Amino acid sequence: MAEPIRIKTPLDEAAARNLKAGDSVLITGVIYTARDAAHKRMVEALDRGESLPVDIRDQIIYYVGPCPPKPGQPIGSAGPTTSYRMDAYTPRMLAEGLRGMIGKGYRSAEVVAAMQKHGAVYFAATGGAAALIARTVKAYEIVAYPDLASEALAKMTVEDFPAIVVIDSEGRNYYQEGQKQYRRL
Amino acid sequence: MRTISASEITKAVAKAAIQANYYLGEDIFGALRQGRTTEESPLGREVLGQLIDNACIARDQDMPICQDTGLAVVFMEIGQDVHIADGSLEAAVDAGVAKGYTEGYLRKSAVDDPVFVRKNTGDNTPAILHVSIVPGDKIKIVLAPKGFGSENMSALKMFPPAAGVAGIKKFALDTVDAAGSNPCPPIVIGMGIGGTMEKAALLAKKALIRPISVRNANPDYAKLEEEILSLVNKTGVGPQGLGGTVTALAVNIEYYPTHIAGMPVAININCHATRHAEIEI
Repeated sequence: MAEPIRIKTPLDEAAARNLKAGDSVLITGVIYTARDAAHKRMVEALDRGESLPVDIRDQIIYYVGPCPPKPGQPIGSAGPTTSYRMDAYTPRMLAEGLRGMIGKGYRSAEVVAAMQKHGAVYFAATGGAAALIARTVKAYEIVAYPDLASEALAKMTVEDFPAIVVIDSEGRNYYQEGQKQYRRL
Repeated sequence: MRTISASEITKAVAKAAIQANYYLGEDIFGALRQGRTTEESPLGREVLGQLIDNACIARDQDMPICQDTGLAVVFMEIGQDVHIADGSLEAAVDAGVAKGYTEGYLRKSAVDDPVFVRKNTGDNTPAILHVSIVPGDKIKIVLAPKGFGSENMSALKMFPPAAGVAGIKKFALDTVDAAGSNPCPPIVIGMGIGGTMEKAALLAKKALIRPISVRNANPDYAKLEEEILSLVNKTGVGPQGLGGTVTALAVNIEYYPTHIAGMPVAININCHATRHAEIEI
């Protein structure tokens, strides 16, 4: 395994275009969390001509609905959720300047095309490694839609958050490449 | 006749909800360790190592293994000589789910109506409750939290009998292939074969609470479990869908008599966090 690449947020287009499918990364800095319910509200706000609750230009959104923290913890277990549920909203978010997404699982052709167009990257975190990932979370603060509870839009400060580039800004897909190597049917 | 108070049921359900979400079963631990030695992909081995580390952190620090602490699926076997006093059974189970999910700092993932409002119920109720009445004077509770990354990848098909073993195998393979990385492989596959549509689905869910180290007692079905496992591990999906040879840890099949004209097959996909806790009152 190659040494992981350390990246800091915000992530500009040049840095995003530099990342290649299959790269292991450790992410440090502020990222935002949102799932489908928060995405729906953000896209509806854009449709009404309003601005988003946070400036997402060059930012990374982590698809997660964490467990509540125990006293003294910044957050409870916090692994990635399945990304395709955000696909309907993602091209719009990428057009607004979103630079990266962390989740798990496949993305639609529309999302990949929008990533190529805008120079964005899709990272996979290990689904189910929620207690391990929570250790890299240093702070968590809800910034919008508090009624969505675990699904609210939140600001998360992470240190050395482990992920893999699964779809890069050229549309290379590491899921496809990896699986092809081991398929024996 | 033995009297059991509703509050005892509430306490037991709460305890089971927390235990199931914090402590991964030894059967799954064993399969993950075994998988780490057989997985051919270096990245796959690293992912399996992360999942083992994660389960150890969860166990040692009393934290949920996965943030998706699921809907609370509760199987209850109630002895026919038991009288439940001081409240209704369903209310007692729901109170236990609310208590466990709140006091255990588990995520509340239930929404009230599935289409229009989708408002979070706030305490992860209602439970998905399955009750059977059995001989005796005890109550057995099995709580199996079900995450939806994997639940969403499940499938059911009503086959004609002529589809046979080949039809079942192809269905399993196609379902695992289509699910790919979404259900957090390595997965555990629960299959229910026979009965009616809803019976097959329930059997598939029940299959997931059998230890994955135990094969079906009927040698024909045990062989089918092994063959499907070997087949899905050739898809190349691998840990997290990043490519590899450990796509599934086990296939558990439960079967039931069915109609002369049919062969229902339900496939319930679970993630590596195939969780359940059992308490007897």
